Amino acid sequence: MAAHNFKHALFCAVVTMVIAFPILGLNLVARGTRVGLEGADASTIISVFVAAAIVFFFQLYRDTIMGNLGKLPALNPLAGREPMPQAKRVKLESWALTGIIVLALFWPFFVSRGSVDLATLVLIYVMLALGLNVVVGLAGLLDLGYVAFYAVGAYTFALLSQYMGISFWMALPIGALLAALFGLVLGFPVLRLRGDYLAIVTLGFGEIIRILLNNWTSITGGPNGIGGIPEPTLFGMEFGRRVKEEGNTSFHETFGIAYSGEHKVIFLYLIALVLAVITALVIRRLMRMPVGRAWEALREDEIAARSLGLSRTAVKLSAFTIGAFFAGFAGTVFASKQGFISPESFVFLESAIILAIVVLGGMGSQIGVILAAIAVTILPELAREFADYRMLVFGAAMVLMMVWRPQGLMPMRRIHIELKRQE
Amino acid sequence: MLVLEDVHTHYGKIEALHGVSVEVNKGEIVSLIGANGAGKTTLLMTVCGNPQASAGRVILEGRDITNEATSNIMRSGIAIVPEGRRVFSGLTVEENLAMGGFFNTKAEIRKSQDHVYELFPRLKEREHQRAGTMSGGEQQMLAIGRALMSKPRMIILDEPSLGLAPIIIKQIFEIIGHLREEGITVFLVEQNAHQALNLADRGYVLETGRIRLHDTGKNLLANPEVREAYLGG
Repeated sequence: MAAHNFKHALFCAVVTMVIAFPILGLNLVARGTRVGLEGADASTIISVFVAAAIVFFFQLYRDTIMGNLGKLPALNPLAGREPMPQAKRVKLESWALTGIIVLALFWPFFVSRGSVDLATLVLIYVMLALGLNVVVGLAGLLDLGYVAFYAVGAYTFALLSQYMGISFWMALPIGALLAALFGLVLGFPVLRLRGDYLAIVTLGFGEIIRILLNNWTSITGGPNGIGGIPEPTLFGMEFGRRVKEEGNTSFHETFGIAYSGEHKVIFLYLIALVLAVITALVIRRLMRMPVGRAWEALREDEIAARSLGLSRTAVKLSAFTIGAFFAGFAGTVFASKQGFISPESFVFLESAIILAIVVLGGMGSQIGVILAAIAVTILPELAREFADYRMLVFGAAMVLMMVWRPQGLMPMRRIHIELKRQE
Repeated sequence: MLVLEDVHTHYGKIEALHGVSVEVNKGEIVSLIGANGAGKTTLLMTVCGNPQASAGRVILEGRDITNEATSNIMRSGIAIVPEGRRVFSGLTVEENLAMGGFFNTKAEIRKSQDHVYELFPRLKEREHQRAGTMSGGEQQMLAIGRALMSKPRMIILDEPSLGLAPIIIKQIFEIIGHLREEGITVFLVEQNAHQALNLADRGYVLETGRIRLHDTGKNLLANPEVREAYLGG
C-alpha cells in the first residue's frame, strides 16, 4: 500500500540529507587566521541519518499516519454531544467569562513577577488579535500590515511623552485615535482591492511605517528607538521608588506600604486586562449591531450586499478603522510596558503572528482568538527548554494544529439574530 | 417611474450599450429579453450605477440618478434581485431577510418579513436554515423576498428563472404577477422569453447593445422575428 509513496518518500529523505548535512554535519573551525572546514563528530552524523530515516518512513506511511491523526478529535469528550440551545449557551458563556475575568483580576497577587509580565504581553496580543479579527475574521479583508497600527499607537505615546510630556492616560485615546486615522487613510486606496492584492498593499504599508520610523532619525531616533517612556500613574500616584514628576505622589507612600517593584507590574497587568476586556466587549457589541452584520454580508457576497444599498466604502473603512483603533490601544500599553521602543518591535513577523493567532483561533470567533493568543504567546516561552529549537517546536505545533483542526480552535458559531415578536 | 434616455455604457474602452432608451411606467411589468451578451445585465447594472453610464441619462421617479453612488440608488425605493440569486449562504433565511431591510426599523422589518412569509410559505418553514443549504428554487424565493424587505416601489429581477425546474419557474412567475397587483413596478430581464413576454405589459428586445424591438408583450409574442430568434420558430 505504501509503494506509490516510495518515490516521494525517497525524495523527501534525500532533501532532508541535503539540507541537514551541510548545516549540522560540517563545522567551520578557526585555524589561526584562516577558517577550516571539519566534519562533525560521529554522533551528529548518525543523528542526521536517523532524521532522514524518520522522514523517509513518515512519508512512506503518511496516509496511514495522517488518517489516524484525523480521527483524533474523538478524544474530545464533548465532540459527539448535541449542540446546546442558543439561549443556554449564551448564558453559560457569559458566566464562564465573568468567572475567568474575576480569576484574572486576583491571579497576579499570587504568582511571580515574571508570569505577570508575560500575562501582560498575552493581554496585549489578545487586544491585537481581537482587533485584527474584525478586519480579517469578520470583514474578510486580509491585512498583512496590521503591525503598522500597533507601531503608530506605540510611537504616538513615546513621541508625545518625549516631546510634550504627555502622560499615559492622555496618550491612550490619542494613540488609538491616531492609529484609527491611519487605518482610515490606508483604507481609501485599498478599497477597490480584494484578496491577494489587498494583502500585498497592506504588507507594503506595514513596511513603509517601519522603514519610516527607522529612517526618520531626527524625530524617532531611528534604530536607536525611544527610551524613558513613563509608566502609567494611578490618579497621579507613581509606582517608582522616587517620584519623577512634580506634583505626583508615590503609590507606596500614599498607602503607607513598603515599596515593591511588583506593584508596577501588577498595575500594568490590570490596565492591560481592563483594556482587553473593554476591547472584547466593544467588538462583541459591534458584531451584533448593524455594522457587524454589514461586515459579514460584505464578506459573504459583495455584490449582494451592495444591491441592498450597503456602501462598500463605508463598511470596509469602518472595519479597517475599528481594527486599527484597537491596535493603537495595544501599542500604547506596549510602549508603557517596555519603557523603550524601536522599529525592531514592529517587523512583519509580528503581523504574521497576530494573523496566525486569528487563524488558529478560528476566524471571527472571539473566545477562540483569545485562547489562541494565550497559546501562541506562552508556547514559545514554555518551549524555552528546547533552546535553539524553540521556534521549530512552535512551527511544528502550528502545522499539527492546522492538520488537526483547520477551522481553528473554536470556530465561529454565529449568533443568530432573532427578531422578537410582540404578540 | 424609470426612464433610460439614450444610455451608453462602457467597460473600459469597449462600449456595451450603444444608446439604449427604455421606459418603465408605474405599476406595470416590463420585460427585457435578449440573447447572451446582448447587454441585458449591463443595462441593469447601469441603472444601479455600477458601472455608471458614460452618456445619456437614467431617471428614477423624476430624479436624475445617472451619476449617483450605487448605495444611494439602492436606498431610494428600488430593489434588485441579482443574477444567480446571491443569497448570503452562511446566514439563515431570517437573517438574509433582515439584511434586506437593513435601513428600516425593527418594526418595519417584522412587518415586511411577515409579508414575505405570506408570499413564500416555504421560507417560513426554513426560517432558521442556512441559505446555502437550500435548493435553487428556495434560494431564488429568498433572493426575491430579501429584495422585497426594503419595501421597494420598483423591483428589478435579473433572470429569476436561471437554472430552475419548470414548475418552480411557474411559481416564481406567479409571484411576479402578484407583485404587480400589490402595486410594485417590475422590470424583468429574462432569457426565458415565452414566459417573460406572456406576463409582461410591455417588452423590449435587446440585441448587441441596441433596442431592436419594442411593443406590448402580446404583440412581441406574436412577432415572427421574435418567434424566430427567441422562441424557436
